[in-house]
Amino acid sequence: MDQEKGSEILLKATKINKSFGNFTANEDIDISIARGQIHALLGENGAGKSTLVKIFYGVLQPDSGSIEINNKKIVITSPNIARKNGIGMVFQHFSLFPALTVAENILIALDNKIKLNKIVDDITNLSKEWELFVDPFKLVSELSVGEKQRVEIIRCLMQNPNLLIMDEPTSVLTPQEIINLFKILKRLASSGCSILYISHKLEEIIELADEVTILKSGKSIATIDAKKTTTKFLAETMVGKKITELRKNIKKRSITNIAFELKNLNKQKDHEFGISLKNVNLQVNYGEILGVAGIAGNGQVELMEILSGEINCEHHNQILLDNLPIGKTNINERRKLGIETIPEERTFHATVPNLSLNENTFLTYFFKYNNTKSWISNLLNNPQNSADECEKIIKSNDVRCPEINPLASQLSGGNLQKFILGRSLANNPKVAIFSQPTWGVDIGAATTIRQKLLDLSQSGKAVILISQDLEEIFELSHKIAVINQGVLSQIFRVEDITAADVGLLMGGKSIKKKKMVSVK
Amino acid sequence: MITFVPREKVSKNWILIAPILSIVFTIFFGLLIFTFLGYNPIETLYQIFVSPFSRIDRISDILVKACPLIIIGTGLMLCFKSNVWNIGAEGQFIMGALLAGFIALSFPNIESKFFLLITLVTGFIGGALWAFIPAILKIKLNVNEILVSLMLVYVAMLFIDFIVRGPLRDPMSFGFPLSKPYPEGALINKIPFPGIGFLGQLHYGILFVVLLIPIAWIFVNKTLGGFKINVLGSAPQAAKFAGFSQNSITLTVLLLSGGLAGVAGVIEVSANIGQLQPEVSFGYGFTAIIVAFLGRLNPLGILFAGIIIATVKLGADNAQMTMGIPKVVTGLFEGILLFFLLTGETLQKYKIQWSERK
Repeated sequence: MDQEKGSEILLKATKINKSFGNFTANEDIDISIARGQIHALLGENGAGKSTLVKIFYGVLQPDSGSIEINNKKIVITSPNIARKNGIGMVFQHFSLFPALTVAENILIALDNKIKLNKIVDDITNLSKEWELFVDPFKLVSELSVGEKQRVEIIRCLMQNPNLLIMDEPTSVLTPQEIINLFKILKRLASSGCSILYISHKLEEIIELADEVTILKSGKSIATIDAKKTTTKFLAETMVGKKITELRKNIKKRSITNIAFELKNLNKQKDHEFGISLKNVNLQVNYGEILGVAGIAGNGQVELMEILSGEINCEHHNQILLDNLPIGKTNINERRKLGIETIPEERTFHATVPNLSLNENTFLTYFFKYNNTKSWISNLLNNPQNSADECEKIIKSNDVRCPEINPLASQLSGGNLQKFILGRSLANNPKVAIFSQPTWGVDIGAATTIRQKLLDLSQSGKAVILISQDLEEIFELSHKIAVINQGVLSQIFRVEDITAADVGLLMGGKSIKKKKMVSVK
Repeated sequence: MITFVPREKVSKNWILIAPILSIVFTIFFGLLIFTFLGYNPIETLYQIFVSPFSRIDRISDILVKACPLIIIGTGLMLCFKSNVWNIGAEGQFIMGALLAGFIALSFPNIESKFFLLITLVTGFIGGALWAFIPAILKIKLNVNEILVSLMLVYVAMLFIDFIVRGPLRDPMSFGFPLSKPYPEGALINKIPFPGIGFLGQLHYGILFVVLLIPIAWIFVNKTLGGFKINVLGSAPQAAKFAGFSQNSITLTVLLLSGGLAGVAGVIEVSANIGQLQPEVSFGYGFTAIIVAFLGRLNPLGILFAGIIIATVKLGADNAQMTMGIPKVVTGLFEGILLFFLLTGETLQKYKIQWSERK
């Protein structure tokens, strides 16, 4: 029966081309999706995955190429037409109105108008049938991220789609939610609905997909049977080169001193969509990486502001560096003390996009060029002073620039992050606090960045790594804590906790008592 | 449907071409409007753009008119670069002139020109104090500075009106709302040119502009302060990350721009009027907003923009005197100019995409 299903082609796209100005997002892409198949689309950031599916869903128009559904050529000029042809899509960023209920959100998205009562019945039936449990009367703003995604899926299912497109659906889910989602997707597929699944996570694809098409720089470079491949092969095909393994080399850890401590921190949220931090305690020793796991939007940004010194603590002794209180020092005083932070937002926060790399070096280094020379040169302290430093950072971190001293906005995400990391490391920090350092970065750069974090800890520095990438957390950390709704869990040794436990904590559940790292 | 798509890189050429194109379009639409209103369009444009340059004393009048615009515009540049929207330079201009006038009239017999330094500093303080009100409200209570600074303009207008009709009215003014004339020490003289004499109204106040422009350029491009302003305007989060205090930058730029507007007020009154009267500004504070943007928030640009706008203003006066074209029509013309300038600025950063949609 599987064979039969596999032979019937639902969607066939030939020679799809799309460019934005000089940038070619899709070049001669061929892809065909069989009925009832889970077809994965794999590629690095910027490989053209999102562009391709937006073309299928009618959000973008291809420059050339043709699309056939059930062997009939169609032109998808709008999402409306796509839905009429049985194509549904769940976007990476949800398109729901927070102030409306689940049922209202689904109602307004439907092309044919139905009564609200009927919608509520339909939702209840669908959610029972597919185990997509949501309360139709709840406000969307009260839903968890996983629930919001379920609403989006139900909204698609209302239209009885033949093809469901899912754009990076797991990036915001806990491991348990991911397992649930996969169950649902597999059931959907076996009922005959094809699924086009976009991801850059290799394990997921091997677990879920029947077939996988790999995109690289806008071209489709391979279509392979997902059941007969390995993550290593996928990764190398996707990146186009051998992946260097991390040199982990964890020696027997000796007992080291506490480097950095945060004690009993409470902070009210300062805007409606912020998160209040509740009694947060953390500590990190020299030579250690403390991983802080958690789904985005659970207080990481607020925690970073406190750790970096952008916002001061209420009491000076709420943060200790080498047992000395520094809670009321500002971010530059902390830089001088050897604490370097990198916020998760690369542009507009860690760097100014419309300024050059040189000026962006000056941004966090300006104080170094003060107070040595005469008053006139102090008065004229300007980005020219950081030119040498900037060049060093670019060279020693392999930051690839399109021109000499480019604007920050001209660099790719990976190169910009290498620059930002290099800028921090050039200050020779003893405590490094990095938030989502590899988020949205290509595999090559991500490996380089992770290696630098490991090297830092192995040279005796203390590192706090805030990340939503569980794999990364487990790969790098010696100790792990989880943040959920502004509450930080106990700190566990990595050998005392499993990914499933972390997943439960991420979802706000508690886990069985484990041996925890003693916190004074 | 029309959508605005950000350009990946702003072309350096277009930064120069856009303002020129804007002026070309303005002239074109100006021609249309004047024609439809029944005026000779060529004659009108001649009056507006060429006649101000027709005699050397008229050229010097352009400089006199441009002087306050450039001084205020330079201050406003600092605000706008850091995304602080001071719309009330007109009020700060008036309060600067008023406070300096109060000091000047308190010493009726002073003759030394060093006294000018005191009135200029007083004017700076007066303007800065008036700008301090929106600054402190924004910092402490997050009140929108646009509304506060704008509304304070009308307070300042009514206040100076009250002062010259009441406390500071010259008893010898035959009931006119005028103060006593300033003492010699508080007056800015015209510049005598050997062999020629005076060139129109050209006065020593212009020296302040000559000093201000290079200082402003160095401040913006070569100092940490200028860098801070630039970062705050481009990415407030990054300013936080760099440890720059948003509040102190906001306060500084508002005080500086208010102060400069105040100084402009002192120069205007001391050089051209010589006493306080209900109306000391003629919309300089508002026109300077256009000057700051036309000059692309760059001191050298503002120098040229001030001269262009002053030319148009004088030209409009000429058109009114010789052809009887009402002020509102030339006002409309200025509006068109601003419209095209802002359009040009937007289109540099964004391109328009037409997409078919049902």
